[in-house]
Amino acid sequence: MPDSTTLSETESKRLLAAHGVPVADERLAPDADAAAQAAEEIGFPVVVKLNGDGIAHKTERGLVRLGLADAAAVRAASTELLAKATPEDGEVQLLVAPMVRGSRELIAGLAEDPQFGMTVMLGVGGVLAEAIGDVVLRLVPITATDAEDMIDELATQRLLGEFRGEPAVDREALVAVLLGLSAAAEADGRIVSADLNPLIVADGRPVAVDALVEVTA
Amino acid sequence: MPTSEQFRALFEPRGVVVAGASSHPGKFGFVSLHNLLAAGYAGKVFATNLNGEEILGVQTVPSILDLPEGEVDLAFVCTPAATNAQLLRDCAARGIRAAFLTSAGYGEAGEEGKRAETELVALAEELGILVAGPNGQGVVSTPVDLCAQIVAPNPPPGRIGVASQSGNFVSSFMNLGVQTGIGFSRGVSAGNAAMVNVADYLEFYGDDDATAVGLAYVEGLTDGRAFLERLRRVAERKPVVLLKGGATSGGQRAAASHTGSLATDDRVFDGACRQAGVTRAATVEEAFEAAATFATQPLPKGNRVVVLTTAGGWGVVTADALARTSLELVELPEDLLAQIDTKLPPRWSRNNPVDLAGGETRDTIPEVMEMVASHPDVDAVIYLGLGIQSNQAKLMRNGRFYPDHGLERIVEYHERQDRRFAEAAAEISDRTGKPILTATELATADPDNPGPAAVRASGRLCYPSSNRAVTALDHMWRYARYRARRDLA
Repeated sequence: MPDSTTLSETESKRLLAAHGVPVADERLAPDADAAAQAAEEIGFPVVVKLNGDGIAHKTERGLVRLGLADAAAVRAASTELLAKATPEDGEVQLLVAPMVRGSRELIAGLAEDPQFGMTVMLGVGGVLAEAIGDVVLRLVPITATDAEDMIDELATQRLLGEFRGEPAVDREALVAVLLGLSAAAEADGRIVSADLNPLIVADGRPVAVDALVEVTA
Repeated sequence: MPTSEQFRALFEPRGVVVAGASSHPGKFGFVSLHNLLAAGYAGKVFATNLNGEEILGVQTVPSILDLPEGEVDLAFVCTPAATNAQLLRDCAARGIRAAFLTSAGYGEAGEEGKRAETELVALAEELGILVAGPNGQGVVSTPVDLCAQIVAPNPPPGRIGVASQSGNFVSSFMNLGVQTGIGFSRGVSAGNAAMVNVADYLEFYGDDDATAVGLAYVEGLTDGRAFLERLRRVAERKPVVLLKGGATSGGQRAAASHTGSLATDDRVFDGACRQAGVTRAATVEEAFEAAATFATQPLPKGNRVVVLTTAGGWGVVTADALARTSLELVELPEDLLAQIDTKLPPRWSRNNPVDLAGGETRDTIPEVMEMVASHPDVDAVIYLGLGIQSNQAKLMRNGRFYPDHGLERIVEYHERQDRRFAEAAAEISDRTGKPILTATELATADPDNPGPAAVRASGRLCYPSSNRAVTALDHMWRYARYRARRDLA
């Protein structure tokens, strides 16, 4: 595999959204005050994350602050996050996004297979996907019918229906996510891999609250 | 890609010559001639041998050039690799369009062998001869009783077409065919697949009227994407069942993404098969049984299954197995419940699985089966409990009281009933156009039991366990759904 580099979360989302992958409404802010201002516009509670090209695994590094309820909390979190930036992270900003709530998490993405080339993936469990192992794949490009098949093939079908008072997963929206990933891979040969993780099911709609795209250097 | 005329020469030759026939019963040149003659091949059989001996009643000739022009289409080649170039030229001169090479010493034998194989293919292409193999075990084609192979068995006739990268897997599948009575149309061991590979054979089967389902074993694939794209086009026409060896490399990938680490070789291959409409099986039995089911049962139009059983526990276990698949254990509709009520005492399960609970009289099983299979809300039936009566009959027949005390009469009655039930399953399935799968361990534990024996006689597979019937039906439904979603008629 050729040398690759990761894009920042915002760049990743922008790239995938351009091919039809739905992403949450969010703002970039250079400093704590601007982050608080952005949070006011979006509406509380919000999430604040450190965003930068060199940052791949935010959760592991503690670069995500969830459920911030007011401007003061956003300011405090932003100051802490900026202090955690390392020189390897490159230029960093604060990413302010609405706090998406849902009790179900999925994962979707792209990966290159040495034998079959680019593949689209859908799985259950978000950050726990590797432990759960309920995953289906298809080769790029996929059709809407292939995407339907993928959804049906997940072993954990109960998670896709009505769940703990939340509506069933919006299948059309999930199909759109998978088709968007496939379209992105088809259109942009630089893409080596992509993660939408987690893809939180909020009120039945899958929302990518994080995205990571890896491209050839 | 060979022409259909060349494939015809391989699978439906007017005459066959065994090149390099031997009088030694341990040699390929003897075994292949033996198998060809013993299977009762319909066309003319010739053989070459340097000494011109008579072998198995066939007067051999020293050279292919001594054969009559236009009477032979297929050469079965057991000669050493070094002589094969001249042999192919002689074949071309006599109008032979296909050659199956058992000869070793080609691509499997190092650099020199690889070069010899490349030259062999170039020559065959120039001469317009299809070369199967080399280093393969043979070819079988039941419509013309052709059994040109250096291994057993000669399979029963049927509608499964096999192609395999491993010759021994052709034998494995065909042994299961002999055991179950579910037969084959064609079978070929691709050997080194120098000129014709597994996908080529499957494409031929796709167009072949004698073949209803393709069954293949593959190991290494040089271009997995192109291979499955070709199989996708075959699967548009008829089902293709694939068993793949060496499924996982197990190699850990350096992946920056979670997706990368989740996209294991096996999952990717699985997804690629699903995308192509190809039925992937995990084991030899599963592959054979899926193919046998496609070959002998109608495709289900939906996933709603009723389990019909004469004993509770079997039904429960089958319901558990169904829960792990894409199939649905359908809730019995009110009108069907009411219909079945008229045939059974009140203690029956009144639920799916339909547990007859020993409440059946002489005609209950065929009658309830008919009601269930005819109902519009039911897409398939799994029937359990066949052969119980005959099993008891066997004990009576072999016991010291037989035939007195009325035993002869009851034994005959029991055996007749099991035969009836097996025949009813096939007949009702034919009439309703819905799959009815009969499962009992007696299929293997006591294959001569009149129940399983009658299933075989009806041309259907008697599944050795209900979970294997469920797996086969699940494969069928997935394929049917694949077709329906893509508007493939």
